Amino acid sequence: MKPARKQRLILISLMVIGVSIATGFALKSFNENLMYFFSTTDVVDGKAPKDSLFRLGGMVIKGSVERPNDDMMVRFKLTDFSKDVTVEYTGILPDLFREGQGIVANGKLNPQGVFIAEEVLAKHDENYMPPEVKQSLKNKSETGKGQ
Amino acid sequence: MFLVPDIVVRFYHRMASPPHFYSFTKKIMPWLVVIFVLLTGAGLYGGLYLAPADYQQGDSYRIIYIHVPSAWMSLFIYMVMAITGAIGLIWRIKLAEVISISSAPIGASFTFIALVTGSLWGKPMWGTWWVWDARLTSELILLFLYLGVIGLYGAIDDKKIASKSVAILALVGVVNIPIIHYSVEWWNTLHQGPTVTKMDKPSIHVSMLIPLLLMALSFKFYYLIALIQRARVELLKRERNSQWVKTMLAEQQQ
Repeated sequence: MKPARKQRLILISLMVIGVSIATGFALKSFNENLMYFFSTTDVVDGKAPKDSLFRLGGMVIKGSVERPNDDMMVRFKLTDFSKDVTVEYTGILPDLFREGQGIVANGKLNPQGVFIAEEVLAKHDENYMPPEVKQSLKNKSETGKGQ
Repeated sequence: MFLVPDIVVRFYHRMASPPHFYSFTKKIMPWLVVIFVLLTGAGLYGGLYLAPADYQQGDSYRIIYIHVPSAWMSLFIYMVMAITGAIGLIWRIKLAEVISISSAPIGASFTFIALVTGSLWGKPMWGTWWVWDARLTSELILLFLYLGVIGLYGAIDDKKIASKSVAILALVGVVNIPIIHYSVEWWNTLHQGPTVTKMDKPSIHVSMLIPLLLMALSFKFYYLIALIQRARVELLKRERNSQWVKTMLAEQQQ
C-alpha cells in the first residue's frame, strides 16, 4: 500500500475507534437512564423513585389477576422471578395482556407499596409459533411434570 | 495484497472502472429483476398465505415479513455506505463514492418503513404507537443519520468534497449500528429481544422462518436493483465530460 493511503487508513481507523470509545463511555455513564423500566426487585429494594412517575416491568404472575370491585380496576402481581410487586390499574388492557406475559406499566407507588399504574403496555416476547406447536409444547411440559 | 487471488483483484479493478461498471450492470439488470420478483412472490405467498397464524398475536404478526427485513436492510445498507465511503476516502475510487451516496436514500427508505410498520404493529400489540426505549430511539437516530448524509451531500456543490464529508459523517455514525443491534440485550426495552440472529436456535417456527428469510433475500435484491439504477445516473452526472460518456452518446445517436 502506498504511504499516503496507509496514512489515511490509519487516520480513519483511529477516528472510528475514538468515536466508539467516546460513545461507549457516554452510554456507560447514562446506563441507568437508558433503562426503559425498573424491575420489581429494584422497586422492592427501594431503588425506584418515591414520588415521581416511573415505569415498572415484569411478568404477570399466573392466577394473580383479579377484579376486586365490579368496575374497570384490575389488580395483579408482577414478578422478575425473585421479588413481586402488586399493581393496580383502571382502564383498557392491551391485546397481549395475559397471565404469564411480560408487561411494562407506567405509574407511581402509593404509601402501601402498591404500584398505581396509569398506563399498561404489553411486552411481546421473541417467540413465534403456530397454535398447534404451542399446544404440543404445553402438553409435553405437562406430561414432563407428571413424571 | 498478495493474499487475494489474482482473479478477484482483476474483477475488483475492472468493476472500479466506470465504463465497465456501466455496461456490466446494464447486462445483469434483467436477471436481478427476475430473481427479485420470484423471491418476493415466494416470500409473500409463504408469509401471508402458507405460514400459520401465531399462537399469541394471530395474524397481526405477519407484519414481521416487512418490518424485520426492512430493519435488517437499514443496518446493512448503512454498513455498505460507510465501508464504500471509507474505500472512497482511502483509495479515492470514484465508483466507491458513487455507491456510498447512492445507498443513502434507499437506506433511509428502509429505516422509515421499519419505523412505520413497527409503529402500526405497536399500537394493537403493545398498546402504544411509540415509546422512547433504546431500540426505537437508536433506530430513529439512524434515520436522522441517513437524512444528514443526504442533506450534507446536497448542500456541497463540489461533489468530490461532498463525497469526502459524507464519508466521514457516515463513518462517525457507524457507532450507532452495534448500539441498535444490541440495544435489546444491553438495556431493558419494550421492544422484544432478537428472534432469528441469536446464537442458539432461532425462536421462530420453521414454517414462519423460511418466508422471512426469503423476504430478507428479496429485499437484498431490491436494494441491489435500486442501488444500480441510482449509481448509473450518479455516474453519468459526474462523468458527463469524460471520453467514455461522449463516445457512448455518439454511438447511441447513430
